[in-house]
Amino acid sequence: MNFDKEFDASGMSCPLPIVKTKKALADMQPGQVLKVIATDCGSVKDMQAFADQTGNTLLSTTEEGGKYIFFMKKK
Amino acid sequence: MTTKKMAIIATKGTLDMAYPPFILASTAAALGYDVQIFFTFYGLQLLRKDLSDVKISPLANPAMPMPVPMPVMVQMLPGMESMATMMMKQKLAKHGVASLEELRDLCLEADVKFIACQMTVDLFEFDKSEFIDNVEYGGASMFFGFAGETDICLFV
Repeated sequence: MNFDKEFDASGMSCPLPIVKTKKALADMQPGQVLKVIATDCGSVKDMQAFADQTGNTLLSTTEEGGKYIFFMKKK
Repeated sequence: MTTKKMAIIATKGTLDMAYPPFILASTAAALGYDVQIFFTFYGLQLLRKDLSDVKISPLANPAMPMPVPMPVMVQMLPGMESMATMMMKQKLAKHGVASLEELRDLCLEADVKFIACQMTVDLFEFDKSEFIDNVEYGGASMFFGFAGETDICLFV
């Protein structure tokens, strides 16, 4: 999937993946896509909840070798 | 959509109890909440520029997971508190949990408002110059001005 920016949250625990995803989105334009990589399994549900509550769109969630990859489209 | 609001009353000044207010506040701010934390009594210790005195004690803390069971008589020995604090900080770092300083900075960056209880500052004769700058001093009434309109209000 194409993306405009990548944020690697590997090794970070709650709430850093979410808080820093929010920061990473801050300087992006509406419609742009952020790729987030995380190792915290809690981030799977948290990222969806973040999208639901902020209006950003979680395009996909996948797992590859113990890493979770998210594509978040900015509102 | 009107902005949601959350208020937290932080009353504890130990390492373990310092985390919930900062974690919840930074997360809520990331979700778009307008957040205020009212620091009162021992919670005021969390506003110090230097947080190295924020410690955890195994004493009177039977729920704290210990690497080896430790009788209370041992827990009360000099140095045990510092050791427990050091071990807890190592554990937090190993698991990628942010330091208190980092979480506090993230809160401030996200415009979480910190209010320090003026009464407690006077009571314990705290020196305001030892606290970080981004703090407003006020009382319960001032806090209720915001808390009364919140969607979530927590006492920690």
